[in-house]
Amino acid sequence: MKPIQHLNHSTLQLLNYTLHLADNSLILGHRNSEWTGFGPVLEQDIAISNIALDLIGQARNFYQYAAKLINDSTNQQFNQSTTTEDTLAYLRDAHDFRNCLLVEQTNGDWAKTILRQFFFSTYQYFLYQQLQNSKDETLAAIAEKSLKEVTYHLRWSSEWVIRLGDGTEESHERMLNAIDELWIYTDELFEPADYELIAASEGYGVDISILKKDWEKKIKEIFDEATLSFPLDKKTGVRWFGKEGKHSEHLGYILAEMQFLQRAYSNSEW
Amino acid sequence: MNNAITISKKKIWKLLEQVNDPEVPVLSIIDLGIVRDVKINNDEAEVIITPTYSGCPAMDMIKMNIRMALLQHGFQKIKITSILSPAWTTDWMSGHGKEKLKSFGIAPPTSKQQVCHTELFHEGEAIQCPRCNSYNTRLTSQFGSIACKAMYQCNDCKEPFDYFKCH
Repeated sequence: MKPIQHLNHSTLQLLNYTLHLADNSLILGHRNSEWTGFGPVLEQDIAISNIALDLIGQARNFYQYAAKLINDSTNQQFNQSTTTEDTLAYLRDAHDFRNCLLVEQTNGDWAKTILRQFFFSTYQYFLYQQLQNSKDETLAAIAEKSLKEVTYHLRWSSEWVIRLGDGTEESHERMLNAIDELWIYTDELFEPADYELIAASEGYGVDISILKKDWEKKIKEIFDEATLSFPLDKKTGVRWFGKEGKHSEHLGYILAEMQFLQRAYSNSEW
Repeated sequence: MNNAITISKKKIWKLLEQVNDPEVPVLSIIDLGIVRDVKINNDEAEVIITPTYSGCPAMDMIKMNIRMALLQHGFQKIKITSILSPAWTTDWMSGHGKEKLKSFGIAPPTSKQQVCHTELFHEGEAIQCPRCNSYNTRLTSQFGSIACKAMYQCNDCKEPFDYFKCH
């Protein structure tokens, strides 16, 4: 995709913010969809696939809005090709993606997938509660719509954290390993990128730094019930910049699989 | 309001009763409560719908089927608009729709809106078995073959069944 030109500064910030919300949902949705057909039992295969579907649905709503922002601002006399939800998902490169690193981490075992979902759903749950009050009507509507789905995701993933943490010796051990692997990616959720700061100050985005307290409280509550002891104040010690487009190697592999068809056979449909 | 417009609108609402949800074909989109409004703008007919779930894959097909139904009955300029707010809720499902669901073997959403919450391992209200009417049933999975459904089993007649979950 061509670099986005012709956008004024404030539209560009709104676009970045919208793409960030879209990319988070799309990439986690894609990761979850990798379980389809491979889930540990049929019911949970269906559950994780349903969650993938919800997330990709949310992503579509955000991408459609992002495409509209671009198309409305683009001077049509330059005869530029129209941006769509598909071009945004399939024709941007890794450095254009604004998702946090947590969502692109590999699935690992069921414990790691569950924990990643739990961390992220808890975050989305508090985020969308605030985003419902966005000054931007479209963002508010998407948040309102998605919140009911995210509530299901949070309940489902919380129950699984408890089931595994307070399960057998092996499942407990696997949960602890998952926490070790994923904890370092949690700080990024609450460290705002520039466009998030602007979004919050303009009243259409959420001040994510204030969500951290609620997030930690929920994590602690579930970890306690799951008999998982982990120092929640443990510093991650690293600052990540996924939201600014600096990703781990994993995102490239995800995009290679997800985008191959559109790049090799452009505009193909099924 | 112009009389011709009123008649056209009534005709469209009637036609939409013939458009079914492709995933739960026993329900029309009117039963499902996803048609929010019908408008006539000059010579253009506009149908405003809202998705059940964000990722509902049936939406594209539903839009196509609405267009087909209207085209077949003489409407030429058709616009289908999708809106997200206010978010769809199972409270908008018609009573008639709920009866049809039950006779189709899917437990309809309970009439009192059960607020979505994060309370864990919560079985919610008792869901009635669509086969034997027993309330002695249990949840087997919060998620089912499509986004709107959960899976249950009846402890009395042992029938596994779908529940069109509250949303």
